[in-house]
Order: sequence, then structure tokens, then C-alpha cells
Amino acid sequence: MTLLEIKDLTVGFDTEDGLVHAVRGVSLDLAEGEILALCGESGCGKSVTGMSIPRLLPPDSTRLSGSIRLDGRELTGLPEAELRRVRGKDVSVVFQEPMTSLNPSFTVGYQIGEVLRRHEKLSWKAARARAVDLLRLVGIPAPERRINEYPHQLSGGMRQRVVIAIAVACSPRVLIADEPTTALDVTIQAGVLDVFRDLRDRLGTAIILITHDLGVVADIADRAVVMYAGRAVEQAPVGELFARPRHPYTLGLMKALPTAAAAGADGRLRLAEIPGMLPSSLSDPAACLFHDRCPRAKDDCVTAVPELAASGPGHLAACFYPLEDGSR
Amino acid sequence: MILRVDNLVKHYGAGRGAVVHAADGVSLEIAQGEVLGLVGESGSGKSTVGKCVLRLTEPTSGTIELDGRDITHLSRRALRPLRRDVHMVFQDPYSSLNPRFTIEQIVAEPLRRHGVAKGGEVSRRVTAMMERVGLPRQMLARFPHELSGGQRQRVGLARALILEPKLVVADEPVSALDVSVQASVLNLITDLQRDMGFSCLFITHDLSVVRFLADRIAVMYLGEIVETGPTDQIFAEPRHPYTQALLSAAPVPDPVEQRQRRRVVLGGEIPSPLDPPPGCRFHTRCPLAQDVCRTAVPALRDPYGGRHTVACHLVTDEKIPDATAAH
Repeated sequence: MTLLEIKDLTVGFDTEDGLVHAVRGVSLDLAEGEILALCGESGCGKSVTGMSIPRLLPPDSTRLSGSIRLDGRELTGLPEAELRRVRGKDVSVVFQEPMTSLNPSFTVGYQIGEVLRRHEKLSWKAARARAVDLLRLVGIPAPERRINEYPHQLSGGMRQRVVIAIAVACSPRVLIADEPTTALDVTIQAGVLDVFRDLRDRLGTAIILITHDLGVVADIADRAVVMYAGRAVEQAPVGELFARPRHPYTLGLMKALPTAAAAGADGRLRLAEIPGMLPSSLSDPAACLFHDRCPRAKDDCVTAVPELAASGPGHLAACFYPLEDGSR
Repeated sequence: MILRVDNLVKHYGAGRGAVVHAADGVSLEIAQGEVLGLVGESGSGKSTVGKCVLRLTEPTSGTIELDGRDITHLSRRALRPLRRDVHMVFQDPYSSLNPRFTIEQIVAEPLRRHGVAKGGEVSRRVTAMMERVGLPRQMLARFPHELSGGQRQRVGLARALILEPKLVVADEPVSALDVSVQASVLNLITDLQRDMGFSCLFITHDLSVVRFLADRIAVMYLGEIVETGPTDQIFAEPRHPYTQALLSAAPVPDPVEQRQRRRVVLGGEIPSPLDPPPGCRFHTRCPLAQDVCRTAVPALRDPYGGRHTVACHLVTDEKIPDATAAH
């Protein structure tokens, strides 16, 4: 069942230099209980796409168009007061830095309880009992004791678990996690990814995981959307995406990883580079934005925008000359 | 040996008599032209070791030998000529370049400071170095804020290498870069290293990066080296349970393989360096810990030869522990 449906989302920001095109017509959907990865490099628009859903964007400078439907209900036109009820209750967010998401002057129990009192109208006593359950759910040992502690008393991994506990306190339909393990060590990351998997398995929470890390995508996501310069250039079930990437950018990313190093003609290990740079976000040409870095580009890539088109089971790629099987 | 660090200890006072054990008895060697990857998670002490090697921080005890010369207690003045031989590349190219200097001034600064070149010779060498790191000459007149992250890191490399140092200490030089930019900077570092022949202490948390460019690896945990060895060996046959955990926790970008891997799940948290556990410092999280691990400190030993050393009581002449089978 489709839970969230985004159609032709376009987000721009007014700046001194002009209109910055952050997201350029992205469409995607998210099923119940699905873990969808939004991946790509800095400036690809993955975070802005994610933050458009609860509209956590600067209100004065943002120009947003397109449609975002949660359970059939349009979110884009909702007034701020209505959106506030959506945030935390239907859609909640986990950010990269747990220390900036938590208030240093309140105990962990208070901060979880606050959400429950606000959205669920629980009493303090009931909220506290539920907070203990939530801390247990996210794998924090001795939750009865931890609940009285302040954020600075917890390690980075434990803080991120607390942030997740707050985010899922009201059983949101959609959890948006923006680089949730990027600030954590790998041995801690593994445990936090387990928490997300567990939430999906036990509560059926649908998760949008925003990440630059293809290892994380391979580990946890069901499906992935690869973004480049504000556009979704490819989407597919994760197994399919890694086995048969269709978009030259996706393949370029996979081959640029240090794990993909291959010996060159002189026997030295080398990484495949993607030549050139990201195009300016200040212009919005009717072209494939990857064309000047793409080894397969031809004339039409410079004059028309390739739309996402089917190229395998559940597999879409926005490329006039997609890669064939066996390109990896 | 270009660098020999012996029994390096660095303790920081943390007030009220408390002591941060940042590095405790670290020994390592780097041969001419060798790249040593120093790997560890936050708080392992890897950056502290790098700073001590450069004498950017004063070691509490131990010795640091650079090209056969003990530099541990040299005065600032006596160190100055040696600063030509050792340079550092930092993680953050945004904060390690002076924003008020042009790229030309930044890259030329080591030449001027050490008085090795004057006038036209300076600009000749600067231009040649820019070319070597793949930056166009027109960029010399620009300021750091006008450059991308990858370009700034190339400037950092140019500055570090212009005096043709014997040793480069690189602390997470590619960690802030995107994958596609990281790939070209890593290729550049390996090319420069092979062409110029400098030795390198490459400090990182990223195992895939050291696997790509290091000849040997040293793994640190809570201020101590727990395992060292040739890169291929460490990846093929990690011996310390912590190394095994670290390798198994880093997700591989292949969903089929990643979802079949056996992971070592570490219990608890990295203990405080204010009060490191007795015995083996890893025992509080090690899935295989025995009584002996809680009391006796394991020494780095090389039980099978091949310069693959490990500090673990459970590694014996007959047996290598397997933490992935512990659950």
C-alpha cells in the first residue's frame, strides 16, 4: 500500500545570487513498512526532498511546488498550525547530530515525555512509563536509570537512540532519518541501523533514510532513489540497483568507492573518477544535468531532460542511453 | 626507518587530578616510502599520535625518531630545520587554509619560511607543484573560499609537499569529501606518494580508504595499538577481536554480500579514557573475554611471523580467536 506519494516536487530557495534550484521535479512513493534510501552526494537535494515532507524549510525564502500526499492527504497546502500536528505525530525526523537535536538542560525522560504529552495528551506518569518502554525499544540498557540522565551523560550512540525514541514516541507513519549514523563510529552505526530495522519489523514504521553511504544503503534499504543535482536519476529495489545500475552516474558512484579499486594498466590500484563538477544550482537548463561528466552523453542529452523510464522490474532510470546488463 | 615511535605516552590533565590516557605505550615504525594506515574510532588516540610525531603536542614520555634522529626533546629552534622534512595534511581544508592568503601565498609559504627559494624560483616551484596536484595556474590568484572542497584539499597537498618532505602525516584527509571527489584525491595521493617517494602516516577511521592505499596498518583502541600488519593480511586474517569487529561492522556496498555477513556485535560503549579498564582495555566489550583479559595487560606479539603483531591473550601459537562466532 502506498503511504506517501510525492509528485513533481520542486523546491527553490531565494538567495542573494538568485533562485537556487535545490529539487527539480522529484517523484517517488513510499509503501507502508518500507525502508527507502534517498542517496547521493552533497548538493543532490536528498535532504531538501526529505525535509519538504514535514516542511522543515525556511518559510520566507522557500518556493515549493508539486504534491506530497500522506495517506491521500495533501500536505503541501496545509497551514502551519495543521502541519505542526503532522510533525512528530504522522511524520517525524531524526537528524545527523544527536547533540543538537536534544536539549542539554532537560533529562532524557522529560524530552520523550514532552512529545507524548503534547501529541497523545498523556499524564506525566503515563508518559514516563511509556518513555521507559521506548528507551528499551531502541536498545538502551537500564532504561529506568537512563531516563533521569541528561544528554551529556550519554555517549553519541546512546544519544542518537534517544533521538530515535523521541521520533517514534507517537508511532509516526513515516520516519525521516537524515544521515542518522554519519556522526557515529562504525561499530556504533551497526547497532543504530539495527534499531531502524527493528522499528520497521515491529511497528511497521516506513522509513526514508537519507544517506551518502552506499554501504548503509546496501545494508538496510529495500529500495533506493539516487539523486543528482536536484533530480532523481534512478530508483530501484536495492538488489536490482547494485546488480544492474542503469544510470551512468549511479555506476560512477559505485566505481568511485575505495572498495571498488581496480589495478590499472601499470598494475597500480586506481579508483574510477567522475570527471568535472556538479553543475550550478542557479540555472535550470532543459538538459540532462550529468551530461558534461557522462561518458555516454550524446547531442540530445544537452537539449532535453530525460524522464524516469522503466528499465527493469521496479527499476526506473532517467537516461537516454542507460547502461545494459553486465555494466558493473 | 624514516619514523620510529617507541613507547609513546600522552596523558592530558583533565582537572582535579584526573588524567586522560590519550596514548599509552604506542610503538610504530614507518620505512622509507611506506604508507602506514593508523586506524581507529573516535577516542582511540590516533590523532594524538599524529600530533606527537609532529611535536604539535608534547609527548608525556617515549621517544620519536625521525630518520634516525631522536627529536623527542628538541627545542622549537632545533626543530625548525626538521620541519622541512615532515608535513601535515589536515581533514578540513576549510579551516586549515588561511582565508586571507591567496592560493599562491599559501603554497609558497613553506618555501619562504625555510628560505629554500627566492624570487622567480619560488613561483617556478609553486607553478610546478600546482600542476602536479592537478590545479590550473589561474587558481593561484584565488582565495580559499573560491575553491571547492576537493580543490582546497589539493592546495593542502601542494603546501605539504612543496618542500619534498620525507614524511607526511595525513589526518583524515579525505573524510570530509564526497565519494566522487574523494576518489580523485585518493588517486592523486597514491600517485604523488609513489612518484615523490615520501613516507606517510595516514590516520583514518575508514577501513576502505586504508585498504586502498596503505602498505601496513596499525589498529588503535583506547590509546593502544592492538594489531599491526601488512594491509592484505589484516583484511584477510584479522587476529584481534576488535579488528574483527571493526572489519565486520563496516557495511560493504553490495546488498547480497552485506546481508549474509556475520557481524561481531560489540556490547556496551567505548570506556572513558579517564579511567581505562585494567588488563586488556577491550575486555569490557570483547565477546570472547576470559578472566585473564580482565587482569593482565596483553603485549603485542608476532606469534606467526610476517610482521603481523597482535595484543590479545587469546591468540596462541595454535589458535586465533574468532569473534564472529561468539554469538
